[in-house]
Amino acid sequence: MGGSEIERLVALLARLPGLGPRSARRIVLHLLERRETLLDPLVAALGTAGARVRPCSVCGNLDTEDPCAVCRDERRDASVICVVEGVADLWAIERAAAFRGRYHVLGGALSALDGIAPDDLAIEQLVARVGQGRVTEVILATNATVEGQTTAHYVAERLAEAGVTVSRLAHGVPVGGEIEYLDEGTLGAALRARREL
Amino acid sequence: MQWTDEGFVLGARRHGETSAIVSVFSRARGRHAGLVRGGMGRRLRPVLQVGNRVTATWRARLNDQLGSFAIELVAAEAAHLLDRADRLAALAAAAAVADACLPERHPYARAHDAFAGLIERLGAEGAWAPAFVRWELALLADLGFGLDLSACAVTGRNDGLAYVSPRTGRAVTAEAAAPYRDRLLALPGFLLGAGPGDDQAVRDGLRLTGSFLERHALAAVGRRMPEARVRLLGYFSPRDAISGGITAPDPT
Repeated sequence: MGGSEIERLVALLARLPGLGPRSARRIVLHLLERRETLLDPLVAALGTAGARVRPCSVCGNLDTEDPCAVCRDERRDASVICVVEGVADLWAIERAAAFRGRYHVLGGALSALDGIAPDDLAIEQLVARVGQGRVTEVILATNATVEGQTTAHYVAERLAEAGVTVSRLAHGVPVGGEIEYLDEGTLGAALRARREL
Repeated sequence: MQWTDEGFVLGARRHGETSAIVSVFSRARGRHAGLVRGGMGRRLRPVLQVGNRVTATWRARLNDQLGSFAIELVAAEAAHLLDRADRLAALAAAAAVADACLPERHPYARAHDAFAGLIERLGAEGAWAPAFVRWELALLADLGFGLDLSACAVTGRNDGLAYVSPRTGRAVTAEAAAPYRDRLLALPGFLLGAGPGDDQAVRDGLRLTGSFLERHALAAVGRRMPEARVRLLGYFSPRDAISGGITAPDPT
């Protein structure tokens, strides 16, 4: 068994999502055995990220520069804002490469159970952004959960006076989804949101 | 220890990476929590939405342990309401109020039936707001703070009831209430089986039950009215209380 530094590293790594003490120990050993190729670059990368990554003051995305790369990109459509609950959602939509507008990260969803109220989310900032006049459409890409949709309705209500189109993502059959295995809620939503072919 | 009962999901809180601590409101067991393994996973998250009707099997070695739930969906009530802002707000508010007010592991059959009635009304067409006020009345009654709307506390008459005393929870006729009307809570006609369920009446109803819930059921355990329930009132306000976040000062 290693010294206290190694134990401390194992304990810290074990707190990461998807890892436990066993996998943390394997990772530590793996890193220590590949000092030049893996450990040193990782230490440097962690240090830089820790020192430089900040939330974007415009949209809330995480980046080393402020405003973030998405907000700075002139080729992106500044008239459309996609509102997401968290940075993970923003990254997921970016991976899909199907959206060329800007984003707004709320920082969560309204939740009675967790005591998250409108003031805890970046809703005021969104209203202010829309109020600047360049925006024509706001897409609400919150989760299809009770909390997510409650948040979407609340944001839509707040933007009612702003004179912009407010839309939300469709709910329905996922690509590759088999109807037989879909839950009743999704099937019902898919039927209600059916389209003419 | 093991039991199986049907109930409604009141909330699911993340526990660890993949599990959730789920609160279920059943008729025979009341509000009961349990650990659901994989509750944050893809398969179970849709099932654990607030308001869904589920069959829950609770297991634990000892009765006073948290225990674990095996949960199966009976009806995806929440999914039908996602597009309807007011109904979704009502669902979230009702679940939040139940979660905040009900002591754990004690049956409240009347409140449960009123909650089930509300969920049914929310899923159907037509007015749901009177059912929401009735659910909160039933909750108050089951918690031991029931309002007495049968006769006037001053005159003993049972017609012309228009107010409720915030102190005693008893109804008062409009005439008897006249000298101290501004200190009483308005009693909407639909709670007496007559009168419209318009915005004003619903607002009166929500203020009435809200005031008693706040003072008796919530303050006693050091809690405040859940934000979701506060926001619900905005849907019945003449001025847009949601967008401004500022409501007119309450005349009572």
